[in-house]
Amino acid sequence: MSADQVDYLLRLGDDALVAAQRLGEWYAGTPEMEQDVALANIALDQLGMARLLLTYAGELEGKGRDEDALAFLRDDREFRNCLLVELPNGDFAMTMAKLLFLSAYQRLLYDASIGVADERLAAMCAKARKESAYHLDNGAQWTIRLGDGTDESHRRMQAAVDELWPYTHELFASDELCQRLDEAGLAVNPATLRDGWLSTVEPVLAEATLERPADGWAPEGGRRGVHTEHLSYLLAEMQVLHRAHPGAKW
Amino acid sequence: MVGAWEAVAAVVDPEIRVVTIEELGILRDVREADGRVTVTITPTYSGCPAMDVIRADIRTALRAAGRPDADVVTVLSPAWSTDNISESGRAKLAAAGIAPPHAARRGGPVPLRLGVRCPRCGSGDTEELSRFGSTACKALWRCRACAEPFDHVKAF
Repeated sequence: MSADQVDYLLRLGDDALVAAQRLGEWYAGTPEMEQDVALANIALDQLGMARLLLTYAGELEGKGRDEDALAFLRDDREFRNCLLVELPNGDFAMTMAKLLFLSAYQRLLYDASIGVADERLAAMCAKARKESAYHLDNGAQWTIRLGDGTDESHRRMQAAVDELWPYTHELFASDELCQRLDEAGLAVNPATLRDGWLSTVEPVLAEATLERPADGWAPEGGRRGVHTEHLSYLLAEMQVLHRAHPGAKW
Repeated sequence: MVGAWEAVAAVVDPEIRVVTIEELGILRDVREADGRVTVTITPTYSGCPAMDVIRADIRTALRAAGRPDADVVTVLSPAWSTDNISESGRAKLAAAGIAPPHAARRGGPVPLRLGVRCPRCGSGDTEELSRFGSTACKALWRCRACAEPFDHVKAF
């Protein structure tokens, strides 16, 4: 069971880590200074959660890998994040749609995980759920502002929602690992979160005068380590310093 | 000699240097056994970058108090809330120009309410500029009466 737990913790931790790295790319590039600060803060929250989760995964695994070894010394096929977080930032609308979709999911997941039998994971989630509420708030506000804004911002926001919608299915895809952990009371089955996610996201899209895309194509693979080409480039940038100077300390 | 609790409780937050870690509610416990001190702290936000400095400052304070053998343990549960900030902590924040938080336990997904008073001129005519500010725990506000921007520790 602990091998299952390690794999599960990597899924959650890699989602947070890769999301943090992508958000960090926006620094000094958003439409206004306040939003630079907001995205940097959200990235910091994600990184904090990633550190807790990866540290725990490393300890459970028992092979002496700490958070740094897991973050910087794994290759793309060993990462377990969903495809949504690794996709390029695109324009600002794309990033806000991604923030809305991801934070609505994380908020629900962390909320539901407060009751799992894994007390250490439950404590992390009880903390992160409060942070996710602020992330969701930021993503929802910008989606509404851009969707219900000018013709150009509306067009871009709709394009972003249409582009990313297929990738949201993977967030709720269950597999045997999820089922085993769910039965043991150690994790929440993500399939149970989609109704709550839809009732969070759909009213935001409606208020933003955006059309809710039809369900169809559902790319997946991230949870098995089968990623888009974009993850390798992201990892190359994120890992280069650590790999160039192994074991270096400040 | 200063007691272990007194020494640790006097450590100030490295990012908001007007309040101590005790007043912020970050300090959970200080125990002494067999000449060794165990300090338990909790982070404000998961990614709070001040934690490493706080740990180092705690060790320094204990060393100065004649207790060089110390462990600093971090716990997450129960999750820190701005409701853990003491009355004296709130007063010191306000005196330093940082509007203290409202009660966080008041329903709603994001525990924010309007009506933050300007810590400089006391006016209630203020507006939120951004829900994210100079540190993870703060939001950026502006006073319409005296035109000064100010930080607000957001309810959490």
